[in-house]
Amino acid sequence: MGIREMALMIPLLPLIGFTINIFFGKQLPKSVGSWISTLALIASFGLVVSLWGPIGAEPLGLHLTIGEWFSSSWAHISFSFHIDQLTLIMLSIITGVGSLIHLYSQGYMHDDENQNTFFAYLNLFVFFMLLLVLGSNMLVTFIGWEGVGLCSYLLIGFWYKDHENNDAARKAFIINRIGDLGFLIAIFTCLIQFNTLEYSKINELAGGGMITTGLATMITLCLFFGATGKSAQIPLYTWLPDAMAGPTPVSALIHAATMVTAGIYLVVRLSSLFVLAPISLNLIFAVGVATALIAAIIGLRQNDIKKVLAYSTVSQLGFMFAAVGAGAFSSAIFHLGTHAFFKALLFLGAGSVIHAMSGEQDIRKMGGLTKALPITHFTFLIGTLTIIGFPPFAAFFSKDEILAMAYSKSVWMFFFLALTSVLTAIYMLRLYFLTFSNSFRGTDHQASHLHESPWTITVPLVLLALASMFSGVLGLPEVISDYHWLNSFLAPAIKVQQEGHVSHFFEYCLMGVSVVALIIIFILVRKWCSGEKALQVNNGFWAKAIDNKFYIDEAYDSLITQNFARISKWTNGVLESKLVDGLVNQVSLTTLLSGQTIRRIQSGSTGVYILSMVLGIITLLVFQYLSR
Amino acid sequence: MIPLLQQISLEHYVVLACLLFSVGVTGVLIRKNAIIIFMCVELMLNAVNLLLVAFSAHHHSAGGQTFVFFIMIIAAAEVAVGLAILVMIYRNMHSVDIDKLQNLKW
Amino acid sequence: MSEIAFYVLSAIALLSAVLVVFAKSPVHSVLYLVLCFFAIAGHFILMNAEFLAIVHIIVYAGAIMVLFLFVVMMLNLNKDSDQPKSNFGKLGAVLTGGIMLLVLTAASKSADTSMAQVQSLGELGTVQSLGKALFTTYLLPFELSSVLLFAAIAGSVMLAKKDID
Repeated sequence: MGIREMALMIPLLPLIGFTINIFFGKQLPKSVGSWISTLALIASFGLVVSLWGPIGAEPLGLHLTIGEWFSSSWAHISFSFHIDQLTLIMLSIITGVGSLIHLYSQGYMHDDENQNTFFAYLNLFVFFMLLLVLGSNMLVTFIGWEGVGLCSYLLIGFWYKDHENNDAARKAFIINRIGDLGFLIAIFTCLIQFNTLEYSKINELAGGGMITTGLATMITLCLFFGATGKSAQIPLYTWLPDAMAGPTPVSALIHAATMVTAGIYLVVRLSSLFVLAPISLNLIFAVGVATALIAAIIGLRQNDIKKVLAYSTVSQLGFMFAAVGAGAFSSAIFHLGTHAFFKALLFLGAGSVIHAMSGEQDIRKMGGLTKALPITHFTFLIGTLTIIGFPPFAAFFSKDEILAMAYSKSVWMFFFLALTSVLTAIYMLRLYFLTFSNSFRGTDHQASHLHESPWTITVPLVLLALASMFSGVLGLPEVISDYHWLNSFLAPAIKVQQEGHVSHFFEYCLMGVSVVALIIIFILVRKWCSGEKALQVNNGFWAKAIDNKFYIDEAYDSLITQNFARISKWTNGVLESKLVDGLVNQVSLTTLLSGQTIRRIQSGSTGVYILSMVLGIITLLVFQYLSR
Repeated sequence: MIPLLQQISLEHYVVLACLLFSVGVTGVLIRKNAIIIFMCVELMLNAVNLLLVAFSAHHHSAGGQTFVFFIMIIAAAEVAVGLAILVMIYRNMHSVDIDKLQNLKW
Repeated sequence: MSEIAFYVLSAIALLSAVLVVFAKSPVHSVLYLVLCFFAIAGHFILMNAEFLAIVHIIVYAGAIMVLFLFVVMMLNLNKDSDQPKSNFGKLGAVLTGGIMLLVLTAASKSADTSMAQVQSLGELGTVQSLGKALFTTYLLPFELSSVLLFAAIAGSVMLAKKDID
């Protein structure tokens, strides 16, 4: 089949998987349903890989129009896909990591009775995410955007019998929706100002200098607001730690590899618009750095294995946004890709640990798992080393690139990002040591159940570890190699030239200093975690503040949620019952009262009747006389 | 033949008929006895009769008179039936006072 | 000469009409009404509607008023004081009557009767010509009125009959 058909099948296969599982899931045996989903996704991945050849070389990419959506005299919106190099990278990540997670879920969700529904939701999620990145205009992206929000609600709240999960799912969905308002406003503005929503046309207009800075600033600020909702930046990040209530594969897929990257993708897609608005870029830079730093600080004192990883995700997303803000768009994509690998690896490893510990998630109760879970331990170690930026694993290169770009823009920001990297190292190593090293601190019941996970879980772990180790070669910095493969690959897709240049000397310094610092931190943290002090409860002021996530959730609650609740109570109690109901009741009361009053005319007294008759006749005569 | 009434114009008859009619109306409104009210209605009818004959003479046509003829017939029939009803009312309420007829109300 | 007749007859008619309304005893009212009818019959004769005058006297004064008198006597209302409703009622009634009069006269005054002269009916008032009109042009109403009278007779007999157990 031709390229077009193959491209069309890529999102269609997961959709078919979803349909089969949602309608027939209860009847199908568990293995059949889950394998249908997994194979659908692996087939999609295969299609993506086969598309690399033809499209990778094509500078313009492939445009596939499925149908005219609606058109009026001044705007045409079609339902169409556009596959270029940026899309290809995203597609590969989504389908590749996605299929590994599907495979993992077969082992992880094996005991769950609704397993087929889970796979249905997973497939639906992947379908929407694919729609998001495949869309050639903002509206198709928006469909995917909303769809992944919906699926994240379904998946986070999958174990719906526990009310906390439902609250977390609702929180995620609502906060996403708040961000979507920004996206919608940007869509409307684009439609009105540019009469089109196609990315290619908008990029053309932006590149041709037809868009004023003010307009670009407004649109990009709205888009960024939407991105903060999806990609969990300040101020809309509070949903992500709570979303860890969902099953671990969900955390891996949604919150590591795919959904949270949608914000970054959107910004990079419209990069030509963003460079026209330096205010927005500076804001994105600042917000990214701030988010990274604050999330790293909070992550230092978390004790739930998944919460640490959640804050780490927020922090790394902050890195990516900082890269975007510094104008380094393809660096952001680079880090997005490596992050997908190592974060998924870390989450899946955490899931394996939780599975082995019979559901325990507190790292203070773990420890000494090296012998019991060898493969999990080894892959988790690789993941940890990657995230802290240890050479030659992937994030060493991607993070260094971001740090370098940041330095070329602003020394202060670079300093904060470097501080964040240090904190990242500290908390990730703390996580690793507390989970795996020293002696086992759990209960005997858990100790008796410790076992390595089945192959469906360990194979994805190994594959992701390999990816984390070797994907760094895609973006080697200048000092090592003249050819930065990713930058040149993405150049036709991201039309903006990546500025930012640092001297070779600085690069060498950076690399050297980071390696040395990492080794020092490794030794220090290992020592710290082997002692008893690491497990103690610290009641100091700052410790308490960090433990409670700087009370941001409470602040949101009292400032926003309570006031909304008050408004709605007032509206219901006053407006609704007094005004609206009162009005309606008044009408009926008026009718009633007037009826009661008017019927007194029929008093029964004949004399009055006769009098009224005569008066009536007189009136008629008068009118007749007057109308002559 | 009686000579023409040249000084009596139509207006005189109109005024006379109107006066008689208003007296009839006043009588209907002012009296409580049903029989008296009935008689005042007859008075009104007669005023109309007078007017009709006057106009018939004015237009020199027989139509007015024929109409008066029929009015008389109908008045006769109406009186017969009306008085029968009155008698029935008297039998039930032992009075012909219309203030006592108050049952047609809400 | 005829004017005097006219005015005298009008005066009698009006006076007796007023007395019908304001007489204390019902029998007196009936009698005054008979007098009024006679005056109106006199008006008819003035306009040379002889047939109508005679019929007026025979039917109205002779039959209808006698019926009234029968009923008054039967119901024994002779002693009925029969006060009008209340002062307010009296006032209202007189006012309404007055307004009626005003309206009527105003309405008819504005009619164009500039050259209205009441001529006598001449030949038209005689029995022959009226009879001719009745039996040719107005035959249908004439026959129908007989049906009406029959219905009235049957109705009143049925209404006023006492139930025989």
